[in-house]
Amino acid sequence: MTFSPQLEARFAKLLKSYPEGRQRAAMVPMLLYAQDEVGHISEELIEEVAERVGVTALQVNEVLSYYSMLHRKPLGKYHVQICTNISCLLHDGDKLWEHACKKLGVGHKEATGDGQISIEEVECIGACSWAPAIQVNYDFHHFVTPEKLDQLLDSLRKKP
Amino acid sequence: MLYNEPSPLETRVLTRRFGLPNSASLDTYLATEGYQGFLKAAGMKPEEIIEEVKISNLRGRGGAGFPAGMKWSFVPRTSPKPKYIVVNADESEPGTCKDRVLIENDPHQLIEGVLIAGLAVGAHAGYIYVRGEYRYLIEIMDQAIAEAYANGWLGKNIRGTGFDFDLYTHTGAGAYECGEESALLESLEGKRGIPRIRPPFPAVVGAFQCPTVLNNVETFCAAPAILRDGGAAFAALGVPRAGGTKMICLTGHVNKPGVYELRMGFPVKQMIEEVGGGIRNGRKLKAFIPGGSSCPVLTAEECEGLTMDYDAMAARKTMLGSGGVIVMDEDTCMVKAAMRIMRFYAHESCGWCIPCREGTTWLRKILVRFHESGGTRGDIDLVGDIARNMLGRTFCPLGDAAAMPTISIVEKFRSEFEEHLSGRPCPYESASHMVTV
Ligand SMILES: Cc1cc2nc3c(=O)[nH]c(=O)nc-3n(C[C@H](O)[C@H](O)[C@H](O)COP(=O)(O)O)c2cc1C
Ligand code: FES
Repeated sequence: MTFSPQLEARFAKLLKSYPEGRQRAAMVPMLLYAQDEVGHISEELIEEVAERVGVTALQVNEVLSYYSMLHRKPLGKYHVQICTNISCLLHDGDKLWEHACKKLGVGHKEATGDGQISIEEVECIGACSWAPAIQVNYDFHHFVTPEKLDQLLDSLRKKP
Repeated sequence: MLYNEPSPLETRVLTRRFGLPNSASLDTYLATEGYQGFLKAAGMKPEEIIEEVKISNLRGRGGAGFPAGMKWSFVPRTSPKPKYIVVNADESEPGTCKDRVLIENDPHQLIEGVLIAGLAVGAHAGYIYVRGEYRYLIEIMDQAIAEAYANGWLGKNIRGTGFDFDLYTHTGAGAYECGEESALLESLEGKRGIPRIRPPFPAVVGAFQCPTVLNNVETFCAAPAILRDGGAAFAALGVPRAGGTKMICLTGHVNKPGVYELRMGFPVKQMIEEVGGGIRNGRKLKAFIPGGSSCPVLTAEECEGLTMDYDAMAARKTMLGSGGVIVMDEDTCMVKAAMRIMRFYAHESCGWCIPCREGTTWLRKILVRFHESGGTRGDIDLVGDIARNMLGRTFCPLGDAAAMPTISIVEKFRSEFEEHLSGRPCPYESASHMVTV
């Protein structure tokens, strides 16, 4: 597989970050950084990472199924993650979640037909003091209201 | 960036640079006594550094509150193996969002803390394990690390001290369990985050099977001030058996939620009323969680005269934990709170041991059914029984983390469970709909 020069540089740095003979330590970071660039974790990517860190594809599969951020299927271009855990729940995060499901007509880890937006009900994302909180890809949005969520989803629908 | 106004009641030690222009830059850091603690430590013997940390009464800020100086002293310095420093920046305990602001606003303070620990135990490499969702923090951290290398604060012969140290960031990829120290170490090695049997403890067999100091971000961030101003000064800020300040994440039904640095032993009432601006809409306090969702829940009466420190919390049979304070007002449905907390632990149980995997799953099913008004009277005791049977019987403390809040909610708010019986809908649902934020 070919990756961007930036990602290749990141991979090179990762492989040098761990003690000699311990390069499989780079596996999970490589998978996540690669997923960000190519969209999801394909068979091809698994083979590629396995080879680069010196393990079998089976070993990569075994590890990746553990981590909730690693996806075997493509998600939307904008992945909207809505926290409904306790501190967000106390600020009606669950209502935000229901609102997003209804508005987009999709459910947990599903994408809109055009592949533009997907949604996921997530556990605490570390924004509890600024609840309710959501993340769009890696960007945090704090103190989200239903109105703000509406505006955000509308803008994501049109965003390139 | 700061996401909430600071409070005048804060004691700013770890957050002293917050709000300064370019607070994350090396220039700002150096202009405000940055790396002074490290330079001082570099002129001390390792035992003297550890002694200073012991004097400071610094206790681990990740949840368990273990004395940091003592932990550092367990590392076998004479072992021929390399030694490692590992920073736990997995921050995933519900209610907790403090490590995030520490890294975002002052990454060099963390680097300096790691260097001090490195000097103390003879480590020459370290890893900062950052939860996958905090990608922007990895960028900030990587930039600070690059800046430190470029200016001789990392790498070979740091600022002429003869000390070498390399520091790396490592991203997680979504797993609460990877915050548990031994699961974190497995994850760091490129495996599933399954906990390890202990002993041996990480101090002896840790990262890559070598002696390792593993602490929370906030714990390392306290080290520069301790070395710079002396352990005694840090200890004096707190209470007898716990020194310094604590980063408190005020969450839930207060008017001014936010992350605040308060001296150890700060009164709970004053924290809610004055720092947090009181309960929103003038309502009354119903329940209080001091340090993340795994702590036993307290009632309003139990908060009387209570202070934010390890021993005071232990005396009320709860924990200071991570400092993730969750404030619940009188309109909160405690059955729903218990249900949501259990959904989290069931989702995050790594599945390795049966009491945790099965216990959390059963509890989640019963509590979901109960909140949907499909519960029976027998379920109330069943929930308590299952949770009590998990306590102390799981491979790692995740099972305890799930059991403790559950037991306390069932015991202290039993009447609310009874209100949900006989097919009645949740009496709080309509009330919570009326709340406008
Ligand atoms: C299930 C579970 C999750 C944990 N998550 C975290 C975490 O996200 N961050 C953290 O610092 N400690 C976490 N801990 C505590 C760590 O195991 C460990 O005690 C801590 O990182 C040690 O650092 P300290 O002594 O500085 O607190 C967790 C523990 C358990 C049992
Ligand atoms: S509970 Fe939602 S961010 Fe922590």
